[in-house]
Amino acid sequence: MLTKRIIPCLDVTNGRVVKGISFTDLRDAGDPVEQAAFYYEQEADELVFLDIGATPEGRKTMADVVERVSEQVFIPLTVGGGIHSVQDMRCILTAGADKVAINTAAVSNPELIAEGSERFGTQCMVVAIDARRVNSEPRWEILTHSGQKPTGIDALTWARKTVDLGAGELLLTSWDSDGHRAGYDLELTRAVSKAVTVPVIASGGAGNLEHLYEALVLGKADAVLAASIFHYRVYSIGEAKDYLAERGIPVRR
Amino acid sequence: MQMSQAKILMDKDNMIAIVDYGAGNLRSVANAITKLGCSPKVASNPRDVLDAYAVILPGVGAAQAAMDSLTESGMVNVVYELIREERPLFAVCIGLQVLFSDTEEGGGHRCLGVIPGVVRKLPLGLKIPHMGWNQVKQKFSHPIFEGIPDEANFYFVHSYYADPEDTSLVVGTTDYGVPICSILTKGNLIATQFHPEKSGEHGLKMYANFLKMALDRRQAQVRK
Repeated sequence: MLTKRIIPCLDVTNGRVVKGISFTDLRDAGDPVEQAAFYYEQEADELVFLDIGATPEGRKTMADVVERVSEQVFIPLTVGGGIHSVQDMRCILTAGADKVAINTAAVSNPELIAEGSERFGTQCMVVAIDARRVNSEPRWEILTHSGQKPTGIDALTWARKTVDLGAGELLLTSWDSDGHRAGYDLELTRAVSKAVTVPVIASGGAGNLEHLYEALVLGKADAVLAASIFHYRVYSIGEAKDYLAERGIPVRR
Repeated sequence: MQMSQAKILMDKDNMIAIVDYGAGNLRSVANAITKLGCSPKVASNPRDVLDAYAVILPGVGAAQAAMDSLTESGMVNVVYELIREERPLFAVCIGLQVLFSDTEEGGGHRCLGVIPGVVRKLPLGLKIPHMGWNQVKQKFSHPIFEGIPDEANFYFVHSYYADPEDTSLVVGTTDYGVPICSILTKGNLIATQFHPEKSGEHGLKMYANFLKMALDRRQAQVRK
């Protein structure tokens, strides 16, 4: 049986891992290579690196980080942030990443999803979707530019479109929940997961282990991504897996 | 899990080639082999592949693109030669799929035909690609499983699966709606649908087992 994945996310800027409330108010949580090796030993199922600085220099630094991480970490690595072209994708994939996550660039140029998946395969095309609830209705619009720019585009419509274009996986972040540690947006996660045929990673809002469980069971997510609960050692990956396994969720042990 | 438990010692003049035909996560495979204490050669030239005594055929992406790249890079005959000589060969993911007769991918394409059988689309109803960690059920004991527990998890990412005519070649299966042939062997050929280079310590151990098999074969040849 396919297991549910637990994915620590490392937000990186200028080669350092950071995490803060809704991506501002950053706190330094360490060296990315060291962090990655730590999570690998803890049996994280995958790692996501998000370059939140996303400057051209930052991307080069990120490629260097990925290169060093991939020498000692033998689980899938996804890199997002500041990827705007097939060339950017190649740079990160060649450095040793297995998947690239694109967000703003995909919204402004959806063909990039098709180009990337044709060139490198759908298995390495992750589309990151940042979504925000519209007027407390069960309707969400997507945001770009690290949540700065509302687009008015319906999240479910966009999710289906990215899959048609060749996305192999969706990384879905609720902008309402992110950074608040009060749980994932389960309604959003479930709606997107049911709307598409590809795996969905739930992101944004994990504050305890029950939140992970809810996202997988009620939100029907295939994987859960979390940052601060792991970075600040609130829980270890092993504790998260024990908790989920006790509640009948298949996890890799 | 103990880190680097899979580390093995190889002789200095060992030659392990990773076939570079423009369709693969070469770096991940090279990193894994390097971690085991070996110095793999990433080989884009048929001669370098044929000089190696253990060869890894990686692959990600689409089967047809992989077939085209194998043809353009002159590696098709190299693969046939390796199979004919029973050179130790480890094929990964699309590397496994292209060894089959045909694939349903992209409307149907001919492949290398080394393993009679068809590569089929995964059944509808489950998420596609089959992406993540799943258990490999060991059907037989085999040196490739040395030190790896039955039902250990390996990392998969694929939308098509191989269905060999000769099911006796299948040494491990994985359940994803249908029983998938996740690892098969034929003489010195080992082929996996999962990615050992992305499967943590069990994956490294599997590569170590393969290299040990290749080394034993070579030492036996030297003694002759």
